[in-house]
Amino acid sequence: MSEPVLLFEHISKSFFGARALHDVTLAVQPGCVVGLIGENGAGKSTLMNIFGGVLQPDEGRMCLRGRPYRPAGPADATAAGIAFIHQELNLFGNLSIADNLFIDGFPRIGRTPLIHRRQAMQRAEEALAAVDLNVSPKTRIDRLTPGHKQLVEIAKALHRGARIIIFDEPTTSLTSRETHRLFSLIERLRRDGCTILYISHALADVLQLADEIVVLRDGQVVQTGPKEQFDIDTMIGAMVGRRIDQLYPTRRNAPGDRVLMSVCRVTEPGVVKDISFDLHAGEVLGLFGLMGSGRTEVARILFGLDCFQSGTITTGGPSRRRRSVRASVDGGMAFVTEDRREEGLLMEASVTDNMALVALPRYRRRRLLGTFNQRALRRTVDEMVGTLKVKCVDPRTDAVKNLSGGNQQKAVIGKWLLAEPVIGIMDEPTRGIDIAAKYEVYSIINDLADRGAGVLCISSELEELTGICDSLLVMSRGRICGRFRRSEFDEERILAAAFEGHIEHETRNESGAPN
Amino acid sequence: MHSSDNVTARARLGRLMNALLRRVLLSDSFVLFLAVAYFLVLWVFVPRLGSARNLSNLSSNIWPLFVLVIGQMFVLIIGGIDLSQTSIMAIASVCGALLMTSGLDPALFARNPLWGVLISEQGGPLAGSVAAVPIGILAMLAIGALIGLANGVAVAKCRMPPFMVTLVSMFFFSGLAIFITRSENVTNLPAGFLAIGQSYIGHVPAGRSSVGLMPYSFFAGVALASIAWFVLGRTIAGRWFYAVGMNRRAAAVSGVPTDRVIVFAYTISGFCAALGSVLYSSRLGAGRPTLGANVLLDVIGAAVIGGISLYGGKGKVRWAFYGVLFFVVLDSSLYMLNLRFYTVNIVKGVVILMAALLDVLRNRARMDRTPTASMELA
Repeated sequence: MSEPVLLFEHISKSFFGARALHDVTLAVQPGCVVGLIGENGAGKSTLMNIFGGVLQPDEGRMCLRGRPYRPAGPADATAAGIAFIHQELNLFGNLSIADNLFIDGFPRIGRTPLIHRRQAMQRAEEALAAVDLNVSPKTRIDRLTPGHKQLVEIAKALHRGARIIIFDEPTTSLTSRETHRLFSLIERLRRDGCTILYISHALADVLQLADEIVVLRDGQVVQTGPKEQFDIDTMIGAMVGRRIDQLYPTRRNAPGDRVLMSVCRVTEPGVVKDISFDLHAGEVLGLFGLMGSGRTEVARILFGLDCFQSGTITTGGPSRRRRSVRASVDGGMAFVTEDRREEGLLMEASVTDNMALVALPRYRRRRLLGTFNQRALRRTVDEMVGTLKVKCVDPRTDAVKNLSGGNQQKAVIGKWLLAEPVIGIMDEPTRGIDIAAKYEVYSIINDLADRGAGVLCISSELEELTGICDSLLVMSRGRICGRFRRSEFDEERILAAAFEGHIEHETRNESGAPN
Repeated sequence: MHSSDNVTARARLGRLMNALLRRVLLSDSFVLFLAVAYFLVLWVFVPRLGSARNLSNLSSNIWPLFVLVIGQMFVLIIGGIDLSQTSIMAIASVCGALLMTSGLDPALFARNPLWGVLISEQGGPLAGSVAAVPIGILAMLAIGALIGLANGVAVAKCRMPPFMVTLVSMFFFSGLAIFITRSENVTNLPAGFLAIGQSYIGHVPAGRSSVGLMPYSFFAGVALASIAWFVLGRTIAGRWFYAVGMNRRAAAVSGVPTDRVIVFAYTISGFCAALGSVLYSSRLGAGRPTLGANVLLDVIGAAVIGGISLYGGKGKVRWAFYGVLFFVVLDSSLYMLNLRFYTVNIVKGVVILMAALLDVLRNRARMDRTPTASMELA
């Protein structure tokens, strides 16, 4: 074996007595893709933050290419040829690709402070070519798809001479085609001798990409080895510390006949077309589709966040053309957004305040004064925190921004459960959360349906939908193009339906050319 | 043996002082401590600062500003800003005065557009009436609330940036105030109105005469503060204010009527500006078209020093009070030092800068205690 390019030796780190990393020792071979897996809070981010110079270890040391490596800050890491591709990309949306690439050092005309524009464009084009991205460097970042933004980020890293690249959940917002493209790029980077650290909850991806897999649990390395030693089950077992026999809770009750929400021919030009379906009491209805298929847009229209041009949505009462969020909430509808940070939570506020927000008017005490029963509300919130096992020190003072992704998601869901919803719309309810938390979210959905509510669950993970849903709608290019009952679930047919519109579209585009 | 005891005792004392310093620095009442400490230090050098007369003066300076800052606080909490408070003060001041005045000098007002229509040599429509003072005050408050309402509608419904909206109404209404008075002060206000700002309850002897303890404005300030405290801390609307300020989109998705909350906040701000106008005008004894021209930065400065965030979502009535106290004590002390106008401004700027620096230190100390978002904890 050659000398490791990167060596962690006995790294430990604690925050206020809470142990985040304990005696982590790890060697990474050059030109190797290392998959780093573990539940939220297992210490992956802490380890990477120490590596990237964001945090200092309490104990232990690191070696880079055989030499001691002690970064004082992120700049040292960059200088050492280390690049981070974060979950949330660090690009300036209002600037062009070229501006973003050179933000910390434009090519200049001689020694003047003037930007050498021609050279900048040329070098930017080269950088983009290195990642096979065929767009003009003048394009503004916010016009790009998430996948393209990520490629720009990688181009930026390579342009700065990065030889060790860390990917943190890079595929969460990518379409399957973009994911595919990313993987071949990673493959090529490895062949060129780059070392890749790949962090992800998508275990299948890790298994496909990585040469070596490292499992972290509770701040310690619990298992490490070549990928041949792993399969999905052993990975999960190592991460959780016990075998999970069941990834999904069993659906206990069959859906009822009572229609809670009837959607008829809902159309908004350019967004969705002819959406019709019924949601029954006690039903978990899945809505599957690729990114951009219109699945999130349907959810937003149903909840009253976006408007639609024609069609009707009936929920118990009379059908209304103009829907408002307030009316939806009052009518017992819940909406778990896919965007926790922007739409789901008040990040600075406490867990309690967040969870109390929706149910607040239900605890009104005096109409005229507008007061509410603070004690009763607190008590129910505390109960909900206990029921959902939201992990925090003190829900009344802990800001939700300090919680892990899974616990944040539980706070969002808890906030809606407190309003005792009749219809639950869940948009990517398990995005970015770990397996144990996922199971808990599935159980919550299950319980909600058992209590007679109807749940519309949107996801880009087909497996989870087939695991928890009674029936499934498949969307493609703004239309529903497949309906499946539980007995008819078949991954291939569902995927075929989801890709249907795309295939049609492409054949039409290519119809002019032969073959 | 003895000396090592001494060393440990000293170390313990050091630790104790350190802990105490942290407590003070992180305390919710930090700005209050700062104001009191500043006052005490300056008192040593300027004994006049603690005189009964000056204390009485301080007390009558605090409350009108406090009223304005409370209003501003509501808007700051929802993540907005209200620059129009000062022009609301001006327009409310002249409108109220024109209604209540019992005599106008024709030499000054004959060219006024309202001359002969609403006002004459005998004063305004309410001149001499028993109800002049209550109706006049109500009219002033209504004007303030209405302008605030208009600001709020423009911000919430038309989605215009609050800075622009309130800047425009600042220009518009201060211009209007000057226009309808032709830049003249409106005097001859009813004695009942003047009493609000000029009378005190409780007197203490000071030298040959005596000075008042609590001006009437004290009661206006305390009443308003109590209501504001109740609304923010005890009502559903209070929770909504903070929620909208922290994340308007998330609040809307959670069923909070964000537009109404925003309109409400600006209306409160306008109302408070008008109430401030009542207090300032009565103290001045006139309706003045340029009333409050220099107050805007005091209002926002006091709010920010008190710890109310310009980014929204943070603010307490207590903080507003501490900020005002600090500002007024600072102002008065600089005046006492007999500094020239520009020196006062320089010193004021330096002191505010120090306060801001201390605030940064506080936030950093607080950060050290709670983990930040980037650190993932189980």
